[in-house]
Amino acid sequence: MQTEPEPAPVPLWDIFRVFFGVGASSFGGGITGWIHREVVHKRRWIADEEMLAGIALSQIVPGANVTNTCVYVGQRLRGLPGALAALFGLLAGPFVMTILVYMAWDRISTIPILQDVVDGVAAAAVGLNLRIGVVGASQSFPKIVPMLIVVVTFVSVGVYQLPILPVMAVLAPLSIALAWPRKTADA
Amino acid sequence: MRDNIYLTIIAVFAPFSLVAIGGAPSIFAPLQKETVDTLHWLTGREFVEMFAVAKFAPGPGAMISTLIGYKVAGWLGALVSTLALFLPSSVLCMGVATVWNQHRGKPWHRAIQQGLSPIAAGLMLAGVLAIFRLAQAGPLSWAVAVAVAGILSWRAKAHPFALLFLGVVVFLLARLVTPGG
Repeated sequence: MQTEPEPAPVPLWDIFRVFFGVGASSFGGGITGWIHREVVHKRRWIADEEMLAGIALSQIVPGANVTNTCVYVGQRLRGLPGALAALFGLLAGPFVMTILVYMAWDRISTIPILQDVVDGVAAAAVGLNLRIGVVGASQSFPKIVPMLIVVVTFVSVGVYQLPILPVMAVLAPLSIALAWPRKTADA
Repeated sequence: MRDNIYLTIIAVFAPFSLVAIGGAPSIFAPLQKETVDTLHWLTGREFVEMFAVAKFAPGPGAMISTLIGYKVAGWLGALVSTLALFLPSSVLCMGVATVWNQHRGKPWHRAIQQGLSPIAAGLMLAGVLAIFRLAQAGPLSWAVAVAVAGILSWRAKAHPFALLFLGVVVFLLARLVTPGG
């Protein structure tokens, strides 16, 4: 990217504004696709290939994929201040709105029928996560080692509820080491 | 750490920030264990309610941390818990992005990616189990979740909000069919 002529630096306020818009209207998810559209296609702040690399990276680094993506974009545009402008822009709207929705909910939650609404939303939302988990797990098929890692992670953190920090301290390096490039028979 | 509630909030959320591989759903299991079972900041039911509200309101699902902070210590608590959950991973992301782009296309990129993705999948499924354990989910919840996952596999472009709405409709219909249930 150093070879391309750099246009005038994007103002921090613009970064904040764009991510604020995305965050405040990001009902139901799909935010990453939206950031992609805004940043690459609409405003041409960064190249498509670079954006895709950032999205891939965001899925590896711990933390919400969306905030990682916006930190990545903000940093590419304006370094640390850009990353902070993007992050706070993205979170500002949802921060206030989520609390307001919860306050409203707290007032009316005793209405019995609304407990069914929560159960319905929760069950469907769990379904969204379930699909991500199942798709991720199925990608390891039919390789034995990644399949085992999926199972061991699920059983230790989910079923036995072991503390996540020690579990990750063991599993993450182990899993990466096992995936380290070398000649293998299985594909 | 009983003296300062804000420090306690940071101590709870900041470490989770750095192990949430694959996003917030990855830490739902340990987060509920810590905040519900150990610290008794909220009931299991409240955790499920906050999960639903965070999903319903705009923003990443990780905003459940905002609501837990709000429940414990008001608006300032919400601010502290939100920053504690989002800042450490963001700083890590900036550092990794810098190194990552200097070594683009190296084989160990794939190793890290391939090594972490089964962990993310396992954590995600653990999060599913955690929410359903709290919700004392019956067959209906599982059926809705599986149906939603199935619909998404079939129509990847299906709007998440429509699916949440579908879940609500199913539960309300179920209540109509079995009054008092």
